[in-house]
Amino acid sequence: MRNSKPIFLVEDDNVDAMTVKRALKDLKVTNPLVRAANGEEALDYLRNDANEKPCVILLDLNMPKINGIEFLKVAKADEALKRIPAVVLTTSKDDRDKVESFDLCVAGYIVKPVDYRKFVDAIKIVDLYWTLSELPSHEQENENAKLETNIAH
Amino acid sequence: MPRAKPILLLEDDIVDASTITQTVEDLKVKNELIHRTDGELGLEYLKDPSHKKPGLILLDLNMPKVNGIEFLRAIKSDRELRKIPVVVLTVSKYEKDKFDTFGLGVAGYVVKPVDYDTFLESMNTVIQYWMWNDLVDQERQERKVENAKL
Repeated sequence: MRNSKPIFLVEDDNVDAMTVKRALKDLKVTNPLVRAANGEEALDYLRNDANEKPCVILLDLNMPKINGIEFLKVAKADEALKRIPAVVLTTSKDDRDKVESFDLCVAGYIVKPVDYRKFVDAIKIVDLYWTLSELPSHEQENENAKLETNIAH
Repeated sequence: MPRAKPILLLEDDIVDASTITQTVEDLKVKNELIHRTDGELGLEYLKDPSHKKPGLILLDLNMPKVNGIEFLRAIKSDRELRKIPVVVLTVSKYEKDKFDTFGLGVAGYVVKPVDYDTFLESMNTVIQYWMWNDLVDQERQERKVENAKL
């Protein structure tokens, strides 16, 4: 990525999380990788102003407590979080998951290839795409939030 | 890709539209590229049930009649159309446009590069990304979900 914002991985499986970390390292992606183990932890992290907002969320769907779809429902209804692009990264080939995810305005849905080299290819194109797809700066977000607050009062 | 869904391009500028058409051809994308020149015609296309729903929309922002932002508002408030991913392709580096479009649920925002090679590279990334997303298969998936509901 061109920016240095963290990549936020929401994934309960330790092995899968390690695979993502390894793929990013192999691709020489230097953005820090931050991980939450479920949707609840992810929302806590994102809502804590002390944490830098990520440039992209890589989201697993099957997770305990708050799963991926529930996480999306909350995040996409939250004015402060809805602009962060969320890309689903899943082993689920359940078509309902995919349709529901796109209904919730995900910015991508990638079925994880089992083969590691193919997995690296997938992560590579995700990285290229989100380097290209310029993100709204959070400074601007804060400005707009201030404006909106001023208008509201 | 026999089941491939078309890609819908909304672009009023003839030169830009032909460049995009050219890149899609050069990249050997088999999906049909449907081109409309403003947001109003884009909505007309999407709302006609006899037309195939696209798997991806490439959207310019500055267009006459219904512009890109207005078009996004319209489709993202429509239950059926909101699930189609929209990638903004624009010359605008105006931060507010980015902010607004991400707020409306776009799935990408690409500032059009000036030289053709870089543009081809950018388009290649966009197309490859959406190939990974398997956009061509969505139609089958949606049909299956519809059947499951019955």
